[in-house]
Amino acid sequence: MRSLGKLGLAAVACLLWASSASADTTVKWLHIEVNPAQVKIWEEVARSYEASHPGVKVEMQFLENEAYKAKLPTILQSKDRPHIIYSWAGGVLKAQVEAGVLEDITDSVKSGGYSDTIAPAALAAFTSNGKVFGLPTALSQVGFLYNKDLMAKGNVDASKIKTWDDLLGAVKTLKAAGVTPIVVGGADKWPLHFYWTHLAVRVGGKPAFDAALKGENGGFAGETFQKSGELFKQLVDLQPFQNGFLGFKNPQAVGYFGDGKAAMILAISSFYHTQRALAADKVGLGDDKLGWFDFPVVPGGKGEPSDTLGGITGWLITKGAPKEATDFLKFFISKDVQARLAAGNFIVPVVKGGEAGLNSAFMKQIAANLAKSNYHQNFYDQSLGPSVGRVVNDVTAEIAGGSMSPQDAAKAIQAAYKQGN
Amino acid sequence: MARRIAITSPVGVAGEAAPQVAVRGPGWDGRFTVLILFLPPALLLFTLFVVLPIGEAAWYSAFNWNGFGRPTNWIGFDNYRFVLETRAFWLALRNNGLIIAVSLAVQLPLALTLALMLAERFRGAVALRMLFFMPYILAEIATGLIFSFVYDGDYGLVASIWRAFGAEPPHLLASTDTAMLAVLIVVVWKYFGFHMMLFIAALQSLDKSLVEAARIDGATRTQTLRHVVIPLLYPTIRLSVFFAIIGSLQLFDLVMPLTRGGPADSSNTMVSFLYNNGISRMRVGYGSAIGVILFAICVTFAFTYKRWFMRDE
Repeated sequence: MRSLGKLGLAAVACLLWASSASADTTVKWLHIEVNPAQVKIWEEVARSYEASHPGVKVEMQFLENEAYKAKLPTILQSKDRPHIIYSWAGGVLKAQVEAGVLEDITDSVKSGGYSDTIAPAALAAFTSNGKVFGLPTALSQVGFLYNKDLMAKGNVDASKIKTWDDLLGAVKTLKAAGVTPIVVGGADKWPLHFYWTHLAVRVGGKPAFDAALKGENGGFAGETFQKSGELFKQLVDLQPFQNGFLGFKNPQAVGYFGDGKAAMILAISSFYHTQRALAADKVGLGDDKLGWFDFPVVPGGKGEPSDTLGGITGWLITKGAPKEATDFLKFFISKDVQARLAAGNFIVPVVKGGEAGLNSAFMKQIAANLAKSNYHQNFYDQSLGPSVGRVVNDVTAEIAGGSMSPQDAAKAIQAAYKQGN
Repeated sequence: MARRIAITSPVGVAGEAAPQVAVRGPGWDGRFTVLILFLPPALLLFTLFVVLPIGEAAWYSAFNWNGFGRPTNWIGFDNYRFVLETRAFWLALRNNGLIIAVSLAVQLPLALTLALMLAERFRGAVALRMLFFMPYILAEIATGLIFSFVYDGDYGLVASIWRAFGAEPPHLLASTDTAMLAVLIVVVWKYFGFHMMLFIAALQSLDKSLVEAARIDGATRTQTLRHVVIPLLYPTIRLSVFFAIIGSLQLFDLVMPLTRGGPADSSNTMVSFLYNNGISRMRVGYGSAIGVILFAICVTFAFTYKRWFMRDE
């Protein structure tokens, strides 16, 4: 009898709790992060926001990267769309703005001097025609992560890889020593496009990209982009990648690197921590085994060695989202939270003062590289928008697979750019 | 989307309902009543779920449109031209042809042979039938995932077999030469059980006296099979062929988890090509054009086949 009473009480308590938990406003937040350690911090931030803002509940939803990109147009046009979504800015953002599915949060961001706390270039990426539609959260750089042990085994001194020819030479030496030189997630295609786009950044620099956007010098079919394809082909012809690389999805490939099976991976700086989560033993390579060198330069190239390719990622507020969503986002992208994420080595922060949290030599290095870069090129597949960007991914995968010549690849991109959307 | 439409396409629902009932009605008046009563619901459903979506797809295919908002940029037949100029489209079409060929040349004969063996009542026949039917029950997406593990060149079953012979295992799904072959094997494995069941059902409802008569007349087993049993199975075979071809044209959910149409579009089917271009790339107009082309192919086939081969059924 007594236990029955207890049960009744518990039930009532549950009901009360449930009614208080069904808050007045729910902020729905859709992300693609695979690293549980980072998501855990996000969760904690969300809970602490809820604690200081009664009546608001922050709900996290997850979709895998590729699935997210494929579903996004549908998600955004649904009545029940999430309020905060992940974004790589660029052409995709532009298409979303034009379609009117995003909320203009300029006033909220400008109020109280909040916008001054964020790195201007990063904020600019989420601004269109003077209106702010979201907030940046992190910067990243593309470069080579390498496994020190395997490099040593192959007798390659990674610190001496400065030019494209050095890289080709290293690949040959590693292969001769029986080490798989490079791992890549070719099935997802975009990891392969890093090679081609970074080569374009080195060969032509900012002027070439700007000219191509205007259709000058043959557009994307021009000399710079053909040259990038040819240089990429030189690498491909050495068969530098793991067996079956066209069947590897990116998480598999990063895990493969974390398992210590390949000497190098052309990585986004964030792979530094995802390789740990994706390795079979969930430990991956420690700092003592992990090295980094910047993408090699191309002799005679017009790009500066300090130019970087990478992402400016962040969050967008969708049309009709409650104002609490923006408020939470500002809370999330604040100095404290950014410093905390930086301390976990998850991000290179965009909020001024956030970099104080950076404690690993690696992340500090990336932050320094980004700080001195005058031309930070956003990933082509994002900055050129979905229809052209995916063609870039396709053709680079085709060059890698040997089914398309560098010239045809450049022409295909230009054709897609002209058809446009 | 075109693949759903194709299932209902052969002769409208409306067309078939009326004459059957009308036979009993007293002349044209009765037929008219029946028409008034039964045509509207069928016509409504048909319009709502078949005609409208196709019409919409055809409409969208005339625009350069990314799926956001309303389409405004009219480009006429350009999308169709773009599709036909794409090498990957022809590859996808060829792959659909390959799937049809393999279905007809490998899958159906295999199903028929097994059906002939398993239609008899013997110990374990039911268990074997279930075993062969099992792949068909499995969801396509799960099948694809399972086989992507089986084919994995590092950890997969195929890899361990290769290693057992001391050879370096291939990554079947990662090579343009073998990806489509690997997909075809899964297709045969997945669907032969379904056709086998159709054949078994047909075999069991055969008029046994005809077979006995042939035996008494001194026909050998092969002769009976060739001149009595198989001709009696023709209606079922024709139906099976119909299902196999339409199914092949619509193949999508096996391909996605296996290869996503890659590498280098070598294992795309028309539907995965549609998805990769229309959805992933947000080129809805272009995707619609592919959908309309696929629909036209399916409808043409369905009507022609009905007319030529299934007239009596």
